[in-house]
Amino acid sequence: MKVSYFPGCTLKNKAKDLDLYACKSAEALGITLEEIEDWQCCGGVFTTGKDEVATKLSSVRALKSAEKREQPLVTVCSACHNVIKQTNHAMKNDREFSDKVNRYMQEDEGYFGNVPVYHYLEMLRDMVGFDLLEKRVLNPFKGKKIAAYYGCLLLRPSSIMDMDDPENPSIMEDFIKALGAEPVIYGMRNECCGGYIGVESPNLAKKSSNAVVANAIAQGAEMIITACPLCKYNLEKNGADIPVTYFTEVLAEALGVKEDTNE
Amino acid sequence: MNNKYLRDEIIRQSGVDPKKCMKCGKCSAACPAYDEMEYHPHQFVSMVDSGEIIPLLESESLYKCLSCFSCIDRCPRGVEPAKLVEAVRMCAIRRQGRNRMTAENVPEILDSDAPQQLLVSAFRKYSK
Repeated sequence: MKVSYFPGCTLKNKAKDLDLYACKSAEALGITLEEIEDWQCCGGVFTTGKDEVATKLSSVRALKSAEKREQPLVTVCSACHNVIKQTNHAMKNDREFSDKVNRYMQEDEGYFGNVPVYHYLEMLRDMVGFDLLEKRVLNPFKGKKIAAYYGCLLLRPSSIMDMDDPENPSIMEDFIKALGAEPVIYGMRNECCGGYIGVESPNLAKKSSNAVVANAIAQGAEMIITACPLCKYNLEKNGADIPVTYFTEVLAEALGVKEDTNE
Repeated sequence: MNNKYLRDEIIRQSGVDPKKCMKCGKCSAACPAYDEMEYHPHQFVSMVDSGEIIPLLESESLYKCLSCFSCIDRCPRGVEPAKLVEAVRMCAIRRQGRNRMTAENVPEILDSDAPQQLLVSAFRKYSK
């Protein structure tokens, strides 16, 4: 099966592991991530202003590209996913906004938000299935206590993201179980790491990140997994005492394809 | 001081109806930046509603919001306070010379491990 894939700016630079292991693992599971041509950075955060058009065009172009290929669009980075999914929702439901965008784009056919957008985790759950994933695992993480860190962007706004219960999510815990590990449930797993606030208030980023890590450790976590390069950076920069790893890396390790990528 | 023009502009841009607020304070209770804010999310809602926009436009609180969508998701009345914060911030930084962050600031905030996402997001929030 082939799907359109939007990697995003960070996955081609500081978060190469997130991208590489995502592609290798998908391939091992029978899905080819076809990177869309000429993708542009999503901008990192969705601007909620209704009159903000230019900041959402890169997402619309990516969505249109997937529509032309008649494929769903898959993303891995939490931020890209959030921006693209919210833009898609606005294109579908806000006619004034989609009119502005489509007039600006001046293409023969307008775009109206009809491409299904999947986060990689949703792809694993809904296209592959966690039961099948479990069968494909060659190196299970037996007994390893792994804490899923959702942060903000994967789940919220839940009416639009529609991935999971925003206050009691289970998709990453089910993923962890499929890899043979033991998921650690902790209260701060869906709270913010501070995001970009590190450039403005480093202390707020530190406070937010430390609260997440401390809570995960208090509940017995030996490792934290995330889908977001900025979450990883904030948790690590502010002194996480346990490893913070991309979920695609543990996936690749479990599937036995991690070594191929380190040639 | 009331400013009807700015009030209408912010309501139009955000799509928020502040009249739906029942003042339960859950938005502020859930806000991770609460301690850093002079005006808290629930105050944004009531101040926009009453047209007290100028103090908000000048407040540092505009730049403390993390865009974590916590208040948007947790509001029992669907008011979506963060959209008001964003609209006021847009009104502030769209004015000439009011960019909060410029390219000249990058060397001082950049460290070698910082992901591109950090700068991209900060620029989108703090500059026009």
